[in-house]
Amino acid sequence: MESDLGLWAIPLAVIGGAIRVSTPILFVSLGETLTERSGRINLGLEGTLVFGAMAAYATAVLSGSPWLGVLVGALCGAVFGLIHGVICSIPKVNDIAIGIAMMLLGTGLAFYFGKPFIQPVAPDLPAIPLGWWSDLPQVQAALNVNVLFVIGLIAALALAWALRATRPGLILRVVGDSTDAARAMGLRPAMIRTMATAIGGAFAGIGGSYLSLYYPGSWNEGISSGQGLMAVALVIFARWSPINCFWAALLFGGAGALGPALQSVGVTQGYYLFYAAPYILTLGVLIATSSTSRALTGAPGELSITK
Amino acid sequence: MAAVEQIFRATEAAGFGSLIRRSEAVAVPVLALIVGAAVFGLFLLTQGKSPVDFIAYVWQGGFGSAFSWQNTLSRAAPLLMAAMCVALPARLGLVVIGGEGAIVLGGVATGALGAHLAWAPAPLGITLMVIAAMAVGGIWIGMAGALRHYRGVNETISSLLLSYTAIALMNHLVEGPLRDPASLNKPSTAPLAETMRVGPLPGMDVHWGLALGVLACILCWILIERTAWGFAARIAGGNVRAAQVQGLAVGKLVIGFTALGGAIAGLAGFFEVSTVHGSANASLAAGYGYTGILIAFLARQNTLAIIPVAILLAGIEASSGLVQRRMGLPDATMQVLQGIVFISILMSDAAYGRLAIFKPKGN
Repeated sequence: MESDLGLWAIPLAVIGGAIRVSTPILFVSLGETLTERSGRINLGLEGTLVFGAMAAYATAVLSGSPWLGVLVGALCGAVFGLIHGVICSIPKVNDIAIGIAMMLLGTGLAFYFGKPFIQPVAPDLPAIPLGWWSDLPQVQAALNVNVLFVIGLIAALALAWALRATRPGLILRVVGDSTDAARAMGLRPAMIRTMATAIGGAFAGIGGSYLSLYYPGSWNEGISSGQGLMAVALVIFARWSPINCFWAALLFGGAGALGPALQSVGVTQGYYLFYAAPYILTLGVLIATSSTSRALTGAPGELSITK
Repeated sequence: MAAVEQIFRATEAAGFGSLIRRSEAVAVPVLALIVGAAVFGLFLLTQGKSPVDFIAYVWQGGFGSAFSWQNTLSRAAPLLMAAMCVALPARLGLVVIGGEGAIVLGGVATGALGAHLAWAPAPLGITLMVIAAMAVGGIWIGMAGALRHYRGVNETISSLLLSYTAIALMNHLVEGPLRDPASLNKPSTAPLAETMRVGPLPGMDVHWGLALGVLACILCWILIERTAWGFAARIAGGNVRAAQVQGLAVGKLVIGFTALGGAIAGLAGFFEVSTVHGSANASLAAGYGYTGILIAFLARQNTLAIIPVAILLAGIEASSGLVQRRMGLPDATMQVLQGIVFISILMSDAAYGRLAIFKPKGN
């Protein structure tokens, strides 16, 4: 069966891989979109992602329920976001630097508490077999879509609608675009930003739980290797739009899946170079979409990264 | 506190008011360090471990004996250089966090070149390797600076992406084209020729990297505080528009300072390979670049202050093994400590100018 597909196995594996790999990137970039729309940047989501992965895995091992793991991952993420948000509400404290520190602290705490959970096996999150119509095992494998991916897609649509058409969405955008305007409306910018960072952290925590409970599906110290940071960079590329985050995450998932896909058809040359593909693609995207002269379209006015 | 206040006022009356204002720059980070350590102590208590034991083991493992001092100072060498990779761009208002990538590539360049230098006399060979390591590191971090200047790409994100790319590149080279077939368990480049190994400092068991690191800190302090270049950089760091209006070449400064920082981090990679490992392998990505970020922030981006702070952090890292064995704590404990201290030091930025004791009262 394997050999019948020939080179078609590569795009198929890339599509399947894109769906599998993109989910955590999608969740982190949605969370970061929410945070950045409020006018703050949380670079620490890499740490939140790793800690969420550890917390979800540990919970699933101890309780036997992967969904309880996702919930705990989200709660831990919210706590990290809350810490970031509260600290950044202190005047003169730099949100980018705090993000770097939270990255260090989050991964440190995850490795600290995660040591006993490297060996045990946790139950996986369930997947929906959308490839039932095909006889080919490769197609079935590629279209085995995890529930969290579907939830992520729904969340992207819901977030896009909420930002555009609801009162909390409008409040968030006002706070993100002008602190002064928000104050004039009687809003409390620091509190709203802190809330947005906490919710953004919860999203990243869910993304982390996907990493440890579905794909790659185990807990170890190399589990994220920069996916959280790439997701933060992607938000700029996605122009702070949740729908664009979805497409961008798929694109990056595909780039990440290229190496393993080529390896599956016997191309082993430069295997490690393919690990670098997502980083180089992120950098290329940043170079293409950044500019020194004009403000970035769609950028929240209060965002320190674009000032 | 009242006694300190009295001393301060007396100093002020004697005409040394600036001394008091400067002491704020020392006191605030030291206080933040103490607060961070206290929070970490509470964390240890929740884990059922004794903070007193922890301090005792850090002292014993990092600073307690001649042997532990050697260990500490050997680790301080790459940390000094990694911190410079953060502190130099910081004077221009840039937050560069990808020093790890420059260290790794500097080490790979050293390993790749050093394996083929058996023919060369030691001074020539070592000079070639140093040039290669510094060039690679300088180009790598200089790219982040150039992207920032020409394309407005955020240097914090781009430098970290470049660092991840560098580590993937090292894995590719060390496992593939540059791999020594004799290195079975741990893929490495071919070992450096024996003449290309840099020895210890005279009379100590600490390698030359420490001396070079300290020298680099001092030279960069002179560059920043005592030269026209450094003055221009400080202006641009304060206000880019003002610097441009003054006709300063901001682009050259940005690229120059990031590249210099990267070159110094690349030098750390050279020393790691030529003194510690003997060949380039995955051990190069030991996290020095990340600890360097914390050191630079603790030193408030002052390259002279980096020297004591780097030695302190090196001592804490050197004691890590002892703490793990005696207290049954995982190796990530030191990362937790670093994270907490980092947050504490950043929060202390809010304290400047707010502590009444540092405000001059006389005039």
